[in-house]
Amino acid sequence: MDLDKVIEIVNLSKHFKDLKAVNNLNLNVYKGDVFGFLGPNGAGKSTTIRMLVSLITPSEGSIKVFGNTLRHHRKEILGKIGAIVEKPDFYGYLSAYKNLEILGKISGKEIGKNRIMEVLELVGLEKRYKSKVKTYSHGMKQRLGLAQALLHDPELIILDEPTTGLDPQGMKEIRDLIVYLSKEKQKTIFLSSHVLYEVELVANRMIIIDKGSAKVEGNVEELLDSKSVRVTFEVDNMERAKSLLDNTAWIDKLDTAVNGKLIFNLAHDEVSQLNKYLVQNDISVGAVIPTRSLEEYFLNITQKVS
Amino acid sequence: MFKLINIELYKIFKKWRSYIGFIAIAVLVPVIEFALQIEGHKSIDFITRDLQQSFLFVGNLLNTYFVSYLILNSLTVHIPFLITLVAGDLLAGESTAGTYRLLLTRPVSRMQIVSSKFIAGLIYTFLLILLLAVFSLGLGYLLLGTGELIVFRNGIITVFAKNDIIWRFLLAYCSAVLSMGVVASLAFLFSALVENAIGPIISTMAIIIIFLIISAINVDIFQSIRPYLFTSYMGTWSMFFDKPLDRFEIVKSTLILLAHIAGLFGLASYIFYKKDILT
Repeated sequence: MDLDKVIEIVNLSKHFKDLKAVNNLNLNVYKGDVFGFLGPNGAGKSTTIRMLVSLITPSEGSIKVFGNTLRHHRKEILGKIGAIVEKPDFYGYLSAYKNLEILGKISGKEIGKNRIMEVLELVGLEKRYKSKVKTYSHGMKQRLGLAQALLHDPELIILDEPTTGLDPQGMKEIRDLIVYLSKEKQKTIFLSSHVLYEVELVANRMIIIDKGSAKVEGNVEELLDSKSVRVTFEVDNMERAKSLLDNTAWIDKLDTAVNGKLIFNLAHDEVSQLNKYLVQNDISVGAVIPTRSLEEYFLNITQKVS
Repeated sequence: MFKLINIELYKIFKKWRSYIGFIAIAVLVPVIEFALQIEGHKSIDFITRDLQQSFLFVGNLLNTYFVSYLILNSLTVHIPFLITLVAGDLLAGESTAGTYRLLLTRPVSRMQIVSSKFIAGLIYTFLLILLLAVFSLGLGYLLLGTGELIVFRNGIITVFAKNDIIWRFLLAYCSAVLSMGVVASLAFLFSALVENAIGPIISTMAIIIIFLIISAINVDIFQSIRPYLFTSYMGTWSMFFDKPLDRFEIVKSTLILLAHIAGLFGLASYIFYKKDILT
């Protein structure tokens, strides 16, 4: 048995009548991983997570968490897991504090007022802790979802699309929190997402699934060839920007120029250099957007596989 | 387990719908008692109409016991509705709200969750009947005083002496808790089956009404299936107002009610244990 293996899924399948939601899935998550669990909508991500936290029973296969089978050590394992499963739902007629207090009482640990306030502060809800959850926005519920997942200081944190519905600032804060939990608190994180960029920013290993099966699994940098990145620069004067770049080495890295958008294939450190160059030459840059989408990458992967 | 039951009771009493039953009883019982205070003598006259030429009825027959006995008769249809409002929501409500995902990803077994919810539902049922008892007997005592209890049952008029009544009411209310426990258990079973609380409420009431209709119609085929309908035992409480007590029938009916509660809970637990949580 590999002691560092936190999650070990072997030949996992789930059938709903004729639908194979998850089909013969295998994956391993190791201690300290931020593991990206990627796939388009309907790929089977949430079904897998529901099996992982014993909300649904697998049709076939086995799940081991912390070296123990989930089927036989459910309570012990769930005591070490904190999870957000799909959208964050709470008892709307209770306050955020009361929701966490109730969940704390059944978490298998003594959770006091200080700990509840600590996690509420961590997710930025300390000022609204008395408000009923039904008055919360989606983003606030998402943060509360994260708070309940962290409440009992679990070793493994499972996050199912944790940034859905958040504004860009909120998304960044969640990503920062994931990095903090991984680096500072040594938590193992299982992050489900359909946004490749999000996973690329925080995960060290990942798997892509589609139609319930794994398409590719491995180290994020290696899989995404992260030495280069496809970036769109939105500029105010595209023609002048192009003529400026014509006599430089940048032009070789320009892939497409259309509708005020210049799309480059760049090394990571070149992104800021190019931005600086354009600005210093009086080209106003409205936005710098990494443009690699999951669909694009996913198509590449599936084409390679086929 | 005690902690879980506490949590479930807390959740029940934080919901507005849980108070509908208490409010209904707190409003209806005084209204009935005021009405009977004014016109209750007509009911007494109706019961004793055939005997008035042969017997002289003296004392305060229109008293708290008489009124409480009449109110207990409302158990069959009205109180079940109030109970299903809460019992039908116990599991289905979590499903509708999506909070199963919070509860069932904690280190507690499904059996503990389902048991604590069921026990909380039974405690709610007990409290509702307790309120009915307190309001019926207590308010009746203040408005109408005490006296002998006159009961017309199975064509027989029985008069109970003052010192022979309270224990009968205590046991009758206990039996009523059991009857309503069956209703709560049935709603709980439906609650385990579906994802929305409306279904269990409607289904439970539909079953009670259908069973009561079947029981009431004097057709041989219906009469033969009566022993198998739980509604036939919902009136067990009234057996405590027989003289002499038919102990065998009371024990038998009580055991049947308990068996229903255990059976329905067992089935609900099994369904819940096997259920895939998809909401």
